[in-house]
Amino acid sequence: MPRAVHLRWRYLGLVFIGGTVGTGLREGLTLMLPPITLDAGARLPLTTMAINLIGALLLGLLLEALVRRGLDVGRRRTVRLLLGTGALGGFTTYSALATDSALLVHSGAVGAALAYALGTVLLGGLATWLGIVMGAALHRRTQGGTASAAGENA
Amino acid sequence: MNPLLFVAVAAAGGVGAASRLFLDGLVRTRVGGGFPVGTTIINVSGSLLLGFVTGLAMNHLLAPQWSLVIGVGLLGGYTTLSTASFETVRLAQLRRYGAALANGIGMLVAAVAASGVGLALAFALG
Repeated sequence: MPRAVHLRWRYLGLVFIGGTVGTGLREGLTLMLPPITLDAGARLPLTTMAINLIGALLLGLLLEALVRRGLDVGRRRTVRLLLGTGALGGFTTYSALATDSALLVHSGAVGAALAYALGTVLLGGLATWLGIVMGAALHRRTQGGTASAAGENA
Repeated sequence: MNPLLFVAVAAAGGVGAASRLFLDGLVRTRVGGGFPVGTTIINVSGSLLLGFVTGLAMNHLLAPQWSLVIGVGLLGGYTTLSTASFETVRLAQLRRYGAALANGIGMLVAAVAASGVGLALAFALG
């Protein structure tokens, strides 16, 4: 039996490379478009929000397109780990979402915290769903296939 | 930001992402894949640690460059919104609405609370 994905250096290496690129992109965008400072001194990190929404859409698109092409083996697995788990996983972030929300609460901007945190998660769900629909449409256009992807996981 | 620091932050994100693959795989082999608990564990633990690191930096107990490498890089790459969101939508597609709600809103509440605990711990040290 082959070793599990998470125990193979090749796969960990692919995710490392993808994660490095994704984190670099997130960092570069955040440096170019810094967070908006509110009156209370708290930061409203709209760039992080945009990064998370774009990343959610792209991951939905990628995983749906991959799962419709066939089993998670060979080149499909390489692409999933490099671009999905690595690049888009590293591009998007949850800890900054949570900490910036907690800091907004701490500074008394509870409404902004709720809008930012819930807005990211709800719009993130919508973006993911949109990405999945786009991935399915892309597959139909290129392959003419209709295989269902329900039940497959990242 | 100097180029060396930028590269260090990015590479730390790569280490974080690889750690996420490793830990999620470890949890999957122990718990099974019914509910994506691995991503929850990763995002909540990463949020706790980022709260702590951010609090230390705010109190000048941690140098800004280390706060960037550990916070923006390592923990930013370790935690992920896109996979969490994808798993939530998949649960909803399977009509497991309770599980989807727990994975979406439950994870958010737990992660923000964990960040708050991390911040409070760091503030207590200052």
